[in-house]
Amino acid sequence: MSNRRQSVRDRVALGIARRYRRERNFRLLGLAAVLVGLSFLAFFFLTLIGNGYTAFLQTHIRLDVELSASLIDPDGELDPQTIGRANYQGLIQNALRARFPEVASRNELRELFALVSPGAAFELRDSVLGNPDLIGETMDLWLVADDDVDMLIKGHIDRSAEESQRRISDPQLAWIEALEADGRIERQFNHRFFTAGDSRDPEMSGIRSAITGSFLMLLVTLALSFPLGVATAIYLEEFAPKNRWTDLIEVNINNLAAVPSIVFGLLGLALFINLFGLPRSAPLVGGLVLTLMTLPVVIIAGRAALMSVPPSIREAALGVGASKMQMILHHVMPLALPGMLTGTIIGMARALGESAPLLMIGMVAFIVDVPESPLDPATALPVQVYLWADSPERAFVERTSAAILVLLAFLLAMNAAAILLRKRFERNW
Amino acid sequence: MNRRFAWFSACVCFLGTVSLIQLTQAQAVRDYISIVGSSTVYPFSTVVAERFGRTTAFKTPKIESTGSGGGFKLFCSGVGVQSPDITNSSRRVSQSEIDECARNGVREVVEVKIGYDGIVLANVKGAPSYELTREHIFLALAKNVPDSGGNSLVPNPYRSWAEIDPALPDMSIEVLGPPPTSGTRDAFVELVMEVGCEAFPAIESLADDARTAACHTLREDGAFIEAGENDNLIVQKLEANPTALGIFGYSFLDQNQDKVQGSFIDGVAPLFESIADGSYPVSRPLYSYVKTTHVGEIPGIEEFLAELTSDAAWGDFGYLTDRGLIPLPESERQMVLNAVQGLENVNLAQ
Repeated sequence: MSNRRQSVRDRVALGIARRYRRERNFRLLGLAAVLVGLSFLAFFFLTLIGNGYTAFLQTHIRLDVELSASLIDPDGELDPQTIGRANYQGLIQNALRARFPEVASRNELRELFALVSPGAAFELRDSVLGNPDLIGETMDLWLVADDDVDMLIKGHIDRSAEESQRRISDPQLAWIEALEADGRIERQFNHRFFTAGDSRDPEMSGIRSAITGSFLMLLVTLALSFPLGVATAIYLEEFAPKNRWTDLIEVNINNLAAVPSIVFGLLGLALFINLFGLPRSAPLVGGLVLTLMTLPVVIIAGRAALMSVPPSIREAALGVGASKMQMILHHVMPLALPGMLTGTIIGMARALGESAPLLMIGMVAFIVDVPESPLDPATALPVQVYLWADSPERAFVERTSAAILVLLAFLLAMNAAAILLRKRFERNW
Repeated sequence: MNRRFAWFSACVCFLGTVSLIQLTQAQAVRDYISIVGSSTVYPFSTVVAERFGRTTAFKTPKIESTGSGGGFKLFCSGVGVQSPDITNSSRRVSQSEIDECARNGVREVVEVKIGYDGIVLANVKGAPSYELTREHIFLALAKNVPDSGGNSLVPNPYRSWAEIDPALPDMSIEVLGPPPTSGTRDAFVELVMEVGCEAFPAIESLADDARTAACHTLREDGAFIEAGENDNLIVQKLEANPTALGIFGYSFLDQNQDKVQGSFIDGVAPLFESIADGSYPVSRPLYSYVKTTHVGEIPGIEEFLAELTSDAAWGDFGYLTDRGLIPLPESERQMVLNAVQGLENVNLAQ
């Protein structure tokens, strides 16, 4: 008997090293999985930041622009229409000629004028319209440079390459180097990236219209999906009888949460645009489609939050004579709300990053003007990323990455808010 | 918590009401031009739209990139604020599309030919450059090719360019190109494959259907790779793979001339000048189609057309040429301009 007991203990002792080893390996396996995931993430962020950070700076060229009254406002009446129609491109071209008087031939002049962005003239016009007192003066202005110049300054175009192999010609390179030696070329903060709408000139393009479109869309989505989702969750959890119908509804809600988002886009196209006649490309339609998409998420999160409120609270409320509605509104809801809000925020974050359903309803569009209402044509941030990634101009590469960074920042902020909310208000029983 | 909830729901209800009020105003008039259509014309159309928005008092037109076919589908869906005013196309409108338009009441349409776009076969700089003929390309990319005797069609046996013509580099055939949904693919098949296959009597002698199939079908054994609609992606893949060739629009070659080189086709290099004078064989016209009935209904259409057809835009030195559009010859521009100013109806017979 004792012999046998001895042998069991021996066997355990013999095996114990092996068991420790296996446990260590098991743990290492888990750690390796985490590390692989993290390294993918690190690679993703490093590429994005490496490609994108330069987009937050923009090359400018300093020129003395003479705002001659005879060219801008020949009548001297300060009529905004006359001032608006003046040839500001010409003023900038005169400034460039004054800086490089030796350039004479038509082709060379064309190349010289190409150093400054065509958008600079519109900015000059706007600043003169805003302050007509400037007319007649010679201004020392930082003008936004063309995207090719920008790419050269940022090192994306190789200066030592053969002339035929770069988009900047030899004379252009000489002018740029002369300007650099003069301290007339500088990289400044690219405020246009945040204040301008889309543009086909990379140096003039920004994400403002896309962000506004995304914001309007999320507003519609929030205004619809939160009340609808919470009401549905409360009814299903607190009032609905358990029968075949509610089972069916539950299965369908869970199913909808897993439907690919493009399907909601098709639904939105058929329902909201073709049947209801709402305008294409409107954030209202986008918001409605995203509502369909986020609603199941909100409902499921809402039900989970209600379920986590212990029955004792309900029973106590009913026990002291509260009606069912009072019980829900006064006691259950306040305890379940943080969980519901967390679910809503996570659903909204998903909606913010969604682009597939928007393809169907015409939101993949070139939008320059910032949308002012949910019915103006608009695009969304992920769609802007897609559109820029598809553009031939080299300078859009960095802008694509920068727009992704902004999108990620928003997503991070929303998810952080959800975690904060949960940490701060969630109660455990 | 209770009060917070009340505040929150009030807020939500307010937002809901606001959006409902907006919804009831949905049927208001549209005060901006709506443009749909080809992703090839998109880069040019958007530049004109942006200029138009900045230099006039009108709103900037909205431009959706839907592809040529998708554009006609939307364009022909009817007349009125709900349907687009202009559609862009990288090919001419077909009779079936005109019929579809007419069925939905879209009878008056102006055709604006805006210029040409070249399609290039390019590979990365530093790799040997190719001097191809369209027969070479057909033999490299068709699914079935005539056998060595030239009599019957066999599955494409060629693995390397040198097998097709000893003068070509001894590199394995690997071509990245657009998928069948793309207008670039349609044009490539029509301008290269179809012409290339005419040289072979074995195919010429086939019945119509079989001949079309033989000329149009690209190989599926990995030598031709569908690389998606994104031309930038093709350029990036070429950089990573020096033995591959890519098929894309001239504007992407123009923007990436430090990275990729265009192959000669039938002895002509894909240069701005050679596409403009028509000597480079693989180029196609780009069009915009405009609903005449919307002129006057939607503000700014005539002014937009004036901007599009101005010398500053589509002229020999216009800003569209900076983007890689190949301008029409002067005489043709005048013809198109007359048609646009007279709002003449499109006539396929011309």
